[in-house]
Amino acid sequence: MQTYKLTVNGQSKEVNVDPSTPLLWVLREELKMTGTKYGCGISACGACTVHLAGIATRSCVVPISLVGGRPIVTIEGIGEDRAGRAVQDAWVSEDVVQCGYCQSGQIMAAVALLKSIPKPTDANIEASMGGNLCRCGTYVRIRKAIMTASQKLA
Amino acid sequence: MAVASVISKESGLSRRSFLRVSATAAGGLIVSLYLDSSLLAQPKPPAKIYPPDAFVHIKSDGGIIIQVNRLEFGQGVQTSLPMVLADEMDADWSRVVAELAPAADVYKDPVFGIQMVGGSGSIAHSFQQYRELGAKTRAMLVAAASEKWQVRPEQCRTEDSVVHGPGGQSATYASLAEAAAHIRVPENVPLKNPRDFRLIGKDTRRLDGRAKCDGSLKFGLDLDLPGMKVALVAHPPVFGGSPKTLDDKQARSMPGVVDIFEIPTLRKGTAVAVVADKFWTAKQARDRLQVDWELTGLGKPDTTQLSQDYRKIAATPGNVAVSRGDLKALETSNPADQIVAEYEFPYLAHTPMEPLNTTVRFDGDRAEVWAPSQFQTFDQMAVAEVLGLTPDRVTFHTEMAGGGFGRRAVPDSHVQREAAVIAKRLQGTPVKLIWTREDDVQGGYYRPMYVHRVEIAVGPDGLPAAWRHVIVGQSIVADTPFAAMLIKNGVDETVVEGIADTHYEIENFHVSAHQPTVNVPVLWWRSVGNTHTAFVMETLVDELAARAKSDPIVYRRKLLNPEGKNLIAVLDLMDEKSAGWRKNLSQGHAVGVACHECFGTSVACAVDVSIENQRPKVHRATVAVDCGRAVNPLTVESQFQAGMSFGLSQIVPRGAITFKDGYVEQNNFDGYTPPYIADAPTAVDVHIVPSDAAPSGCGEPPVPVISPAVANALSHLTGKRYRSLPLTVL
Repeated sequence: MQTYKLTVNGQSKEVNVDPSTPLLWVLREELKMTGTKYGCGISACGACTVHLAGIATRSCVVPISLVGGRPIVTIEGIGEDRAGRAVQDAWVSEDVVQCGYCQSGQIMAAVALLKSIPKPTDANIEASMGGNLCRCGTYVRIRKAIMTASQKLA
Repeated sequence: MAVASVISKESGLSRRSFLRVSATAAGGLIVSLYLDSSLLAQPKPPAKIYPPDAFVHIKSDGGIIIQVNRLEFGQGVQTSLPMVLADEMDADWSRVVAELAPAADVYKDPVFGIQMVGGSGSIAHSFQQYRELGAKTRAMLVAAASEKWQVRPEQCRTEDSVVHGPGGQSATYASLAEAAAHIRVPENVPLKNPRDFRLIGKDTRRLDGRAKCDGSLKFGLDLDLPGMKVALVAHPPVFGGSPKTLDDKQARSMPGVVDIFEIPTLRKGTAVAVVADKFWTAKQARDRLQVDWELTGLGKPDTTQLSQDYRKIAATPGNVAVSRGDLKALETSNPADQIVAEYEFPYLAHTPMEPLNTTVRFDGDRAEVWAPSQFQTFDQMAVAEVLGLTPDRVTFHTEMAGGGFGRRAVPDSHVQREAAVIAKRLQGTPVKLIWTREDDVQGGYYRPMYVHRVEIAVGPDGLPAAWRHVIVGQSIVADTPFAAMLIKNGVDETVVEGIADTHYEIENFHVSAHQPTVNVPVLWWRSVGNTHTAFVMETLVDELAARAKSDPIVYRRKLLNPEGKNLIAVLDLMDEKSAGWRKNLSQGHAVGVACHECFGTSVACAVDVSIENQRPKVHRATVAVDCGRAVNPLTVESQFQAGMSFGLSQIVPRGAITFKDGYVEQNNFDGYTPPYIADAPTAVDVHIVPSDAAPSGCGEPPVPVISPAVANALSHLTGKRYRSLPLTVL
């Protein structure tokens, strides 16, 4: 067990966990922030995506010992960000979700995409969102919501 | 599932119901619905105490809580059933909140007689029920207002949770709730003329949309209770195995590990449960277990061998599902005028995004369960049985589920049984059982593997003159409570649905099935038998059209009989809506079409496909749907857009569960990979046939059509026929 100081959604947190514990489970079980989802544990589905120092990161494969001082932003905090709020609003207005379980990760990936490429093409979307699995298959509406958010942010 | 019609026929369940109301302490109105009959038309059951707030709760602040009598797992019923009730009630939609109802008799599906989601029956079975509930609630509120104002109810009108009187009076539903609670529940109330619907038929965004986009919505897996522990289970690597030796010393020595013990698991096997304070502790402890498994004497499925065996069996007739006319044309015609086709379909896992889980707390004389469950009635009974309680001592909360596709509707409730056994040992402590993704991919309950062998004699008119069809694959319902209803003449109806009941006019038609026993637990997978039968039928009809040098849409219209009139309607609509882009295809692209009817809903689609990196690229799909009255067209559109992607699970290269020497060869999304965004159609436009007919379901019907449509397009591009899924090589 070891103590780690984290910055999550702008707030300082302290946790005492085994160094191998993935960031995902620290968020979910220590900090009780369950918006970040467990889907596969091997970085293959993207349901656990958070922003680590602004980079979309699979939290299920990042041990807490490697997080360091990098700020963490999760689905619970992304709405504080202009682009984050625009993406969430677009997701709601385009009625993207079905079961919704993967959508925290989809939204976190989409925000990262729009921050690096404000006007993405279909190919950019496929490249950036390419590892985020939606078993319901809401991809058509995800594409549309990204375009809607992109226009709103322009 | 194809269970719907069968259960309703056999159960003779009365749809009569009555309401009871009561006032709440806070001055609200509570409306309860009581069914006057229970499952399988037993003689008058004794009166039961149901939760008082069974369906509608008007709060004193104007909020209206509507209970949803089934699981929400993406299909949108948590929005559309409240729409139906709120419309008849003239409720202010902006104040409506939906809740998933716990397990209780009152929430049983009015047709199935058990509380469940399946067979695309949510709207089909509860549309009338929720309309009546809304209309009766409205009538009581109007009666309360008219009493207050000393006017006749007919002089009042309602709008947005307000009753308006003839003299300009008005009263909110919230203010009338307490008085309305004392009004006798009307037996019969007129329902709205559909012309006056304000919500039904209008695009309405999901009630759970925002909470699913900001991380606040709690799924079953997100449950956190004081003192809760987490359990993981090490399952035998071959179904039915048991530990020969178990060394858990290392695992037990880890801080946070609470207990490690053996539990019964499916196929009479024994598994090892690890209970710890947290998921990660339990996971690490499980990884440190040293188990030597006893696997002798168990069936060791091997899919390469099964393929050979099934193909051999398919050459002989099985139990007969359909036999009409004769197959003389197959004996007499020239082989050049025949099609002989063998198809093969793999085992498929459901892999809902939210891994399987259930939380149970056992308190000795009662228990509480939190489960994302499609089968509340069965799952509640299973937990009760394990704990030695009667089901009424088991409070069963329905948790929001991250997908399911049939995987949360398991007749033997094996996940809930495991959770109950573990909770029993840790009496007083809530325990959340989590199946990791590996457990899910390897844990069984797959769509069965199937082989079809079809022989068709093609007549001089290009139409099928005789058709012999043999299907080989495990029965889904054998050894379940559904067997008596769904197995006829030795044929599991879920194996032959979509072929045996085809609306194509095939005069000389023989369909039979073999249902071998294999040591692999199998289950319905979204759209059940139609997953493979529609693929076979729609690729063969396309092949017939090509032989006849006929347009595939024209050929289908010609081959459909009068019972397929809804299919003709969707073909026509699809034809019209896709005509523009079909005429202007890019170089290297081809069109594929398919149509299919299942669960009372007819669907036709056309896809624009090219080959990129040796894979089909689906640039667009145009889909036409006849689902009767579309309660929420936005949900219908969404289900069909996304359902196209789900359907493509069948053709993506890693879309198969395979076995070698009894072991499952895949264990996570890296080996069994559903479609990602690049595998899915880039655009899908959905068109609904206007209809006043009773609504039919839209959960499963999107799935069957897309794979055959893509395969047909590929055939036009390559000249090859695709008869084995997944499409590993083009």
